[in-house]
Amino acid sequence: MIPTREEWNNALEERHGKELHKAFSSATVAICGLGGLGSNIAIALARAGVGRLILCDFDRVDITNLHRQQYKADQIGMYKTEALAENLKEIAPYISLKVHTERITEENSVTLLKAADIICEAFDDAECKASFANTVLSELSDKYFVAASGMGGMGVSNSIKTRRITSRFYLCGDETSDVSNGLGLVAPRVALCAAHQAHTVLRILAKQFDV
Amino acid sequence: MVKVNGEPKNIASKTLAEYLAVASYDMKRSVTELNGEIVSKTAYADVVLKDGDCLEIVSFVGGG
Repeated sequence: MIPTREEWNNALEERHGKELHKAFSSATVAICGLGGLGSNIAIALARAGVGRLILCDFDRVDITNLHRQQYKADQIGMYKTEALAENLKEIAPYISLKVHTERITEENSVTLLKAADIICEAFDDAECKASFANTVLSELSDKYFVAASGMGGMGVSNSIKTRRITSRFYLCGDETSDVSNGLGLVAPRVALCAAHQAHTVLRILAKQFDV
Repeated sequence: MVKVNGEPKNIASKTLAEYLAVASYDMKRSVTELNGEIVSKTAYADVVLKDGDCLEIVSFVGGG
């Protein structure tokens, strides 16, 4: 039996307090890339009671994603936007979701993301990450931007960190372990980096800007 | 002296584009920040580095 919206809000308010719940539930957060980082960020933010998520990815769920991304075997072949929306609604039935099943480009970034308060970069490819970072930081410079670099392989957990690069740009990861160096990505280490990003988002919403 | 990723370098009076052309960064994977502000790629040729500037080049690696 799914709780009513009122019961849902009361439970979150009891956990987080009135003020934090208001800050989380009135926020819009964009997540660009719904792989190991993005799918984990989305679930963490949905559980915390963030009111609205903008989810962007052009890709479909593949069997090779399931070792680290928050999808299920019966979702193989679905668009990640639609599969994740389904999973998020099961976790947080009253969350508001806007999905964009298309590639984010220099041209469409401003249109697709202008409603967001905070934008999370969760792409896989280094050049896509940098190009998106340059676009957001120059053309959507009123937003907070939380990006990720370096979470591949079997390196130690404690090398994953969050740095504040400018007043509105945070970078999570170890900044060195490139996925092309060998093993690829393993679930907990990607999830650690995603948790850094999600928690940075919540801290920004709580007006706690230091790292 | 200009600090580049924490290291002092004798590159004052060069433009950012001139410095980046000889430095070993892959600019397709990088974001450049000067004294706390992001420098747009289109402005690299116009920014002249000064004594005391703090430049940071953030280079992304793949994975996500």
